[in-house]
Amino acid sequence: MVPEAEFSSYYGRPIVKEPTWAALDIAGYLFLGGLAGASSALAAGAQLSGRPGLARPLKLGALGAISLSLVALVHDLGRPARFLNMLRVFKPTSPMSVGVWILSAYAPAAGAAALVELVPLGRLTPLGKLGTAGAALLGPAVASYTGVLISNTATPAWHEGHREMPFVFVASAASAAAGLGLLGAPLQENAPARRLAVIGALTEITAVRLLERRVGIVAETYHRGRAGTLMRAAEALTLVGVAGALKSGHRSRFGAAVSGAALLAASACARFGIFEAGLASSRDPKYTVTTQRERK
Amino acid sequence: MSELSLLSSVRGHGDPAADVYGEHPPRMGFFTDTSLCIGCKACEVACKEWNQVPEDGLNFTGMSFDNSEGLSADTWRHVAFIEQPATDEVDSEFRWLMSSDVCKHCTDAACLDVCPTGSLFRTEFGSVVVQQDICNGCGYCVPACPYGVIGKREGDGRVWKCTLCYDRLGEGMEPACAKACPTNSIQFGEVDQLREHAAGRVEQLQQAGVLGVRLYGHDPNDGVGGDGAFFLLLDEPEVYGLPPHPLATTRDLPRMWRNAAIAAAGLLGAVGASFVGRR
Repeated sequence: MVPEAEFSSYYGRPIVKEPTWAALDIAGYLFLGGLAGASSALAAGAQLSGRPGLARPLKLGALGAISLSLVALVHDLGRPARFLNMLRVFKPTSPMSVGVWILSAYAPAAGAAALVELVPLGRLTPLGKLGTAGAALLGPAVASYTGVLISNTATPAWHEGHREMPFVFVASAASAAAGLGLLGAPLQENAPARRLAVIGALTEITAVRLLERRVGIVAETYHRGRAGTLMRAAEALTLVGVAGALKSGHRSRFGAAVSGAALLAASACARFGIFEAGLASSRDPKYTVTTQRERK
Repeated sequence: MSELSLLSSVRGHGDPAADVYGEHPPRMGFFTDTSLCIGCKACEVACKEWNQVPEDGLNFTGMSFDNSEGLSADTWRHVAFIEQPATDEVDSEFRWLMSSDVCKHCTDAACLDVCPTGSLFRTEFGSVVVQQDICNGCGYCVPACPYGVIGKREGDGRVWKCTLCYDRLGEGMEPACAKACPTNSIQFGEVDQLREHAAGRVEQLQQAGVLGVRLYGHDPNDGVGGDGAFFLLLDEPEVYGLPPHPLATTRDLPRMWRNAAIAAAGLLGAVGASFVGRR
């Protein structure tokens, strides 16, 4: 048993402020943005390799997820009517500013990519191709920048894990997109989704382990309380999803759908878990003080 | 390195307004000497009055004489009260630590760095101020501040904090809190001069036998490039609710962007790899 670290505080009050963000909006966005970004990349691969049945649900899912994301992001602003103020400036020092610009390029591309699936575009088909390619290239940026967004804060559970966070996020996004592919694609076309599920899951489990080792005492916040429950659920669902995908993803439509749903749920649990760990680490001054004392 | 170039490199680091403005007045700030604080809270009241900061709850916290709890959207000066066992023969049974906290107006200000609208800006005096007509309430600055200073105002949706009385400074007046402080615990002036004065005060107190005297936020080489509002404390910073080694996390940002780019490329690669093999 490791003894509790000695530290002083001002009546146990937090030193840093916890984020004012609503979990449903922002953790929800971390999940949906990742799902959309990785789905666009997988959809482009599906289209290139002649798997229209895999490309279609991914493109539609990406557009749905990014549209919901934009609603959530605007909803979370204290002054939603002023959301366009984000476009006054471009600031590389603000991951949120960089992200807004990435999103404003990505969302129309994802829209164009999905549009060709919904309506016959005729002469506008090249637009759909351009959208598919653009969304595939920008999608990974959408999935990874959010890792920087939350790490560039004084929130101990997030900042101390800043090296691993983008890798955790893209891996979680990859398993979510693989899950969507398994859920929506016909069996004879879902092989790439199954492979991506394995790669995503293994990377995510490894990256989360590395992050928890890196953050030192703050790892407690990933293991305890609501965050702990969510993180454990994420890992269990990931394993269930991957096992299901490998065992029956190629021969049972039901098996593939259940595995896909498990992977999607796993990704959502991981994002909400990481979000909650951040809140917990801001509330207890112990994490601010001990990480700073150790850093010195 | 010659004395002149050493000086200019130090100046360049401690003069944040120089990045934005050509000709500008000297950097202004606070030196809060907590050894002089008597806990009268005149600073809290003067700040609320002058800046028309709304009432934010009349609570009884049980934290000694502190009922304003901490800095927030609606508390821009906050007096901390700490009751401790006596540390030397000068005090009888216990000693009071009282300290008026405020926005640090960091040289490397994380809130300003992460603000995606440009609402937070650097004034010509080197202070950091929110432009309320720009802020859209995204809230990013709130967890970014390593001191937990800036907050979102309930029912308003925007973030608020100390402005170093930007409106008064423009008229050549000192901030309301410093004006109201009856013991000169809150000293307002040019940051360079305040730093010199603070160093002298530390020496004076140490010679008088006061234990635990230290400056906090005065060092341009700390994690935030030094504070425009710094302190003389009589105990560890965390005893006052201050972070021991605050960091503007934007300093790690280049490395973070690099990792994000590698991760994004990795995702593309993983997707590509998923298409290799049997159908």
